[in-house]
Amino acid sequence: MSGATAASQEKGRGGLASWLTTTDHKRIGLLYFYTAFFFLLVGGFEALLIRAQLAQPDGRIVSAETYNQLFTMHGTTMVFLALMPLTASFFNYMVPLQIGARDVAFPRLNAFSYWVFLLGALFMNASWFAGPLLHVGRLSVAPDAGWFGYANLTSRQYSPGPNVDFWVLGLLILGVSSLAAGFNFIVTILNLRAPGMRMMRLPVFTWMTLVTMFLIITAFPVITVALVLLLFDRTFGTHFYLTSAGGDPLLWQHLFWIFGHPEVYILVLPAMGIVSEVLPTFARKPLFGYTVVVYSGVLIGFMGWGVWSHHMFSVGLGPIADSVFAATTMLIAVPTGVKIFNWLATLWGGQLRFTTAMLFALGFIGMFTIGGLSGVTHASPPADLQQTDTYYVVAHFHYVLFGGTVFGLFAGMYYWWPKITGRLLSESIGKWQFALMFVGMNLTFFPMHFIGLLGMPRRIYTYGPELGVSSLNLVSTIGAFLTGLGILLFVWNVWRTRTRGAVAGNDPWGGATLEWTIPSPPPVHNFDVIPTVASRIPRWTKTQLAAIPEGAELSPPEIHVPGGSAWPLVTALGVPVLALAPLGHALWLALLGAAIILLGIFRWAFEPFEV
Amino acid sequence: MPSHSRWLNPLLLCAAAAACGGPFPQSTFRPASDFAGAIDHLFTGIFWWAVLVFVVVEGLLLYVIVRYRQREGAPTPKPVHGHTVLEIAWTLAPALILVFIAVPTMRAIFSTQADPPAGALRVEVVGHQWWWEYRYPALGVVTANELHLPAGRPVTLELSSADVIHSFWAPRLGGKRDVIPGHVTRIVLRADSAGTFLGQCAEFCGASHANMRLRVMVESDSVFGAWVRGQLAATAPVARGSAAAQGQQAFMRYGCVGCHTMGAMSNAKLGPVLTHLGSRTTIAGGLFPNDSAHLARWIGDPPGEKPGSIMPNMHVPASDLATLIAYLQSMR
Repeated sequence: MSGATAASQEKGRGGLASWLTTTDHKRIGLLYFYTAFFFLLVGGFEALLIRAQLAQPDGRIVSAETYNQLFTMHGTTMVFLALMPLTASFFNYMVPLQIGARDVAFPRLNAFSYWVFLLGALFMNASWFAGPLLHVGRLSVAPDAGWFGYANLTSRQYSPGPNVDFWVLGLLILGVSSLAAGFNFIVTILNLRAPGMRMMRLPVFTWMTLVTMFLIITAFPVITVALVLLLFDRTFGTHFYLTSAGGDPLLWQHLFWIFGHPEVYILVLPAMGIVSEVLPTFARKPLFGYTVVVYSGVLIGFMGWGVWSHHMFSVGLGPIADSVFAATTMLIAVPTGVKIFNWLATLWGGQLRFTTAMLFALGFIGMFTIGGLSGVTHASPPADLQQTDTYYVVAHFHYVLFGGTVFGLFAGMYYWWPKITGRLLSESIGKWQFALMFVGMNLTFFPMHFIGLLGMPRRIYTYGPELGVSSLNLVSTIGAFLTGLGILLFVWNVWRTRTRGAVAGNDPWGGATLEWTIPSPPPVHNFDVIPTVASRIPRWTKTQLAAIPEGAELSPPEIHVPGGSAWPLVTALGVPVLALAPLGHALWLALLGAAIILLGIFRWAFEPFEV
Repeated sequence: MPSHSRWLNPLLLCAAAAACGGPFPQSTFRPASDFAGAIDHLFTGIFWWAVLVFVVVEGLLLYVIVRYRQREGAPTPKPVHGHTVLEIAWTLAPALILVFIAVPTMRAIFSTQADPPAGALRVEVVGHQWWWEYRYPALGVVTANELHLPAGRPVTLELSSADVIHSFWAPRLGGKRDVIPGHVTRIVLRADSAGTFLGQCAEFCGASHANMRLRVMVESDSVFGAWVRGQLAATAPVARGSAAAQGQQAFMRYGCVGCHTMGAMSNAKLGPVLTHLGSRTTIAGGLFPNDSAHLARWIGDPPGEKPGSIMPNMHVPASDLATLIAYLQSMR
């Protein structure tokens, strides 16, 4: 990575090559954002096809095979290719700004994370069209065993095609990206804080990022192990999950959910962090109970490890195990409830400005509460036996992940878009978008509570009219299309803001944290002078405010920032090549992939650090 | 039913019925066994606690939105950083509510998973892609897709799988239980009274997961006894020269005997037992009514009717199809 001064970097910012070799955390953040948003649209399109099929009983829009691919890819896409990388885009862009740093700790590793994510996403989705290449006689070989991929349905015997291979290998690739990012951001947050930015002065979003990153580096190894065992079962004839030689399909369920439940918090905690930034800004009050909010986030992170078997109450683990996991699961409602009460107390006595960001943050509180309460009803194992694997659960986790995470992410987009682009998104379009999405999601997901309790299981491509849930399903489908319309409004808003958005200035909202002290968009080096922090809310503290130099008022000095490097991209290219080897049953592909990775790492390691 | 249910059921059913009406044959709100009743009672209690919290939290949220909206010329809000007593209060309050949920939960866990009383009727349930096999070891009966149970008697369903993971779920008779290869899981229940109860597989099990339906016929002791005797009796021999007799020939010619048990003629185990098929109300894993038209459609193209079906399309011509159907319908 050749070093460069900030001034020379600023000049060379154009053209494809500069994006392919960028190590600037802000550009990588944007790459994450646009890629992840594209996959949000893909996953949304899959959801609309699912809803179209279920709009009426005995739907015939797609076949059973296609439907099973759609719900598998909808779940996989939304979790791994849309929501996680959307949170990553905010980690990338905002964390260095919030802690007063010029970049992340390992800028080239950061670029590597993004490229591996992009290639993993493309690899996974190539399965939609890869049939002819693999000579299987049909176009699509997309994964079709569910995002949870329960053994032994995923065994070679019951899933002979390459569908499950794409899923296993795609997830393994994406895990590399998440792990690299996890270590990078932990080191960044712990080591690159500006002087005076003590841990208990960190903005809550950065705190929740830190907790999320610890969850990622501890949870992803578990799914990696589970996937490698599955890969061995499918490729080399081992029997980890097969009873025929003493294996056990339940091993998969334990491993998957030991990863899978922390994953829920990986998806929710960043959104909670965003909400904890947005509410104080638009209430003009500091966050109520900062310490309690931070500690409850950490506690949720820890407790998330002790609840995995609540995904397995129907397995029949016995009354003792059921009781223990019911108790731990109910306990997790306590720190979650504490957060909600602290947010309400933050609003109490404030001067609330109902910007679009604020509306989405308020929507988060309202909708996440519903998801949390339905969650308590299936923390009770006997009750869960009537709920699990039905649309009731689909309703529950969409209130958590759509009403929660997606609303939180849109709050973040409206809040930070002016910082990122220098222009404000249209508030009037934003409010229409919020209204459509709020009404749309409730129409989509609220009826699902009834659909499930009236006996409709999940993951069925068709249902009979005799169940009596046809009208409720139609309502749900109408809601889904309204929601989709809301998302399209956002795309339009982003498009017109490029040229017609109001110019933001450094701080359009009156925010309390460091990112609002620098120009929008920030210069390549972020801070002309690294600020010295003496408060949790530096911009709201009079004495502190004078101490922080406003970036635009100083001339860019000779600041060294990381230059670009192509080697992260080269190294990343080797990873999907490696993954092609088990698909094509070709050893030479494995060797080629390994060679590319080794070459990339070698050149990366010996790249001159400074010119 | 427990007192709570009288409150909850009308409420929820009204909401649902307003949208679609119907008898809701798989509704969890219409418990018809001790197992389902216990769950319904537990859920009703938790539901009202959730309603209480919902009203408090959403009420507070709406209140602050209206009360503290920005007004012209209002002073900057007082910066409040926290309040220890409040923090302790709203930590303890949810914890206390959870105690009221956890205690009945633990009770229900142990009561619904208790060992069956002596003399319970034992039925082995085997999940297959995509149909159900039922074996009554004490009675010597083997049947498929339609489970017959006596009303008012304790029953143990011992669940196992022939291939992948399934989940046995007849919502009105109780919660689901997964059917896992290499494991034997269990449902213990006592059905309240006679009736037909619909259900279906609840764990994704491949292409035709949606088509893995089931029904449970709960019968009075005398009706159940008669059914058992019918299943044990030999089927009447087909009359020589009749359509059924030609169908029997076709049944062997097309290799049906290779997969299906059929009386004394075949003992194959790959597909569902067909010995008394004529006495069942449905075919193809509970997917279609058992009539000539649906039998013709089903035998005519199984993978077309039920994606992924292992039973192949045998390209049976119409003439043979008619005799096959006559034969199957005569096997009562």
